[in-house]
Amino acid sequence: MKALGIDIGSRYIKGALVEKGKWVDFKRAETSFNPLEKCNEMLKEMPADRVIATGYGRHLLEVHGNIKTITEIKAFARGARAFFFNCHTIIDIGGQDTKVIALNEQGNVWKFEMNDRCAAGTGKFMEIMAKNLGYSLDEFGSRALAAHDEIQLSSMCTVFAESEVVSLTAKGVAREEIAMAIHRAIINRVASMAKRFPLKAEVVFAGGCAYNPCLKELLEQSLKRNIRVASDPEMTGALGAALFAEEDGI
Amino acid sequence: MTDYTEMWRKLGLNLENHAGLLAVLSEGYKNIYLSQKGRPKGMEYFDFVISEVHGLRIKEIADAKQAGRKVVGTFCVYVPEEIVLAADGVCIGLCAGAEVGSDEAEKFIPRNTCALIKAFMGFKLAGLCPYVELTDLIVGETTCDGKKKAYEIFQNITGKVYVMEIPNMKNEESKKLWHAEVVRFKETVEAITKKTITLANLKKGASLVNGKRRALQRLSGLRAADPAPISGLDALLVNQVSFYDDPVRFTEMTNKLCIELEERIKKGIGVASRGARRVLLSGSPMAIPNWKLHSIIEGSGAVVVGEESCVGERNFRDLLDENFSTVEEGLKKMADRYLEIDCACFTPNDERLENIQAMTKKLRANGVIHYALQFCTPYMMEAYKVEKALGSIPFMRMETDYSMEDVGQLKTRVEAFLEMVK
Repeated sequence: MKALGIDIGSRYIKGALVEKGKWVDFKRAETSFNPLEKCNEMLKEMPADRVIATGYGRHLLEVHGNIKTITEIKAFARGARAFFFNCHTIIDIGGQDTKVIALNEQGNVWKFEMNDRCAAGTGKFMEIMAKNLGYSLDEFGSRALAAHDEIQLSSMCTVFAESEVVSLTAKGVAREEIAMAIHRAIINRVASMAKRFPLKAEVVFAGGCAYNPCLKELLEQSLKRNIRVASDPEMTGALGAALFAEEDGI
Repeated sequence: MTDYTEMWRKLGLNLENHAGLLAVLSEGYKNIYLSQKGRPKGMEYFDFVISEVHGLRIKEIADAKQAGRKVVGTFCVYVPEEIVLAADGVCIGLCAGAEVGSDEAEKFIPRNTCALIKAFMGFKLAGLCPYVELTDLIVGETTCDGKKKAYEIFQNITGKVYVMEIPNMKNEESKKLWHAEVVRFKETVEAITKKTITLANLKKGASLVNGKRRALQRLSGLRAADPAPISGLDALLVNQVSFYDDPVRFTEMTNKLCIELEERIKKGIGVASRGARRVLLSGSPMAIPNWKLHSIIEGSGAVVVGEESCVGERNFRDLLDENFSTVEEGLKKMADRYLEIDCACFTPNDERLENIQAMTKKLRANGVIHYALQFCTPYMMEAYKVEKALGSIPFMRMETDYSMEDVGQLKTRVEAFLEMVK
């Protein structure tokens, strides 16, 4: 039996196929302006006996495909535990929200925190800032790590930070320095959310932003511990949903 | 439907904006309320009240004014309604629960003001509130900094504001202050209405308000049943309507609804299946038409079984002891009764924690969602103590306002909370 988990995020749709508790296939597509079509393509490409949808757009499949849903909070908890059995805390910087999830001993969600409504400190903010500085998302983190000054960004508001970046650029500040300041601002915010919980055992950085080496390093400095990142961190939610689908337990 | 345009014009409303508001309200009501399944028949009365919220009820009040009665508007469950009714006045809650007239309001008050304050200013300034226009006296109170200062500005705009001083502690000196405030309010109402408050009419007022409270207590008690006989949305609506409907009729219709709910409970009929997750909402008031959190929670398959709120339990938990034999004694008992209210503006306010624990138990709630309006500092602050007091009971805090832009995120948070409660 094959089970599929589909994680419909604001930027990407991720699909994970599992069989006997192991993942056998993984696909990713841009959410685009027609997420339903993308989801249907994925359902066709990865036929499964059971499907569960999660993520920001989960209700789209519930309404149009009569597919069961779980929240990304629950899906991430399960997915992160599948990657790291001792995972206790999960940090996810998503496209439009940032969350920290604390698990209990059994691996169920104990508590969670999410950012407010705006894009401050989210993946979307990263994307806009990288673009402003002329970096691709892939190189953004590694280039920031080359910085050595300690510039502070005073605003986390996407709109204000954007104009702050413009004025820093106009002052002739090197772009890696600005890039570093942006990373630091994001981590300050995420870390303060994480510190609301007692941090025990392993802290897992999940979601696509976990590929960014600078974010990981700053997170480790701020939380004073090693942070675990899976080989495919952006798959965490889809994998969790697939595992729930396989045992039909939501 | 009756055309009330002429009445609205006479009241000085902005007719164009007002038509827009009513259209949005009726559309929202259809989507949120009329789409619910298995509603009690007794809710038809409340549906009717909402459909006439700026129509028939306004006409009734305007007619009462014509007949010489005075209209008193209030913003807080601390204002003794008994005194207004004793002087044959009409008492109306003026709190507003929709994002209306923000631009107008922001000419007077900061952007970072709680949505409730912004809304009552906005409704007046945008010419959208017939109730404010009908008032002879608008009673403010010193419950929070935002309201306190907003009333000063509201006085400049309306010229009808009178403020009661509510103490911040419950010691002997505070009790004296509050008692004096109740007496001063009685004198003010007498002056406005040109009527003397006698023992007989004070008793009548007391009995009317207690009757209303008993009906609301009865409704609250029935929500303890599993399956829940009424949705949280509908029960919230009854509580919201209690602030501006005619008290005699309201009490009668609410009791009638309760009889139907008692029948439902006997037969095991509910609005959700037995064992559906039950949520207690606790915190800031939800003024009409603020149905946001209830509709998110119930749209996610759970039932809201209680509101630990001013629009809810805090409004009717305590009855007034009607056993008094002079006006002075009645006012003293009244002051004592109102000072029992566990508003977060008091320090300390441990009674509230005990009341939340008791409600959680009585209503068999599986979890508590603490709701604070953004910038409602007293409730935002108390969330910490509430969480501690609830121990292992699932708890989540939410801060939001009247806008719809955060609904997606709130829905995810509520659903994740319900997954934990399961």
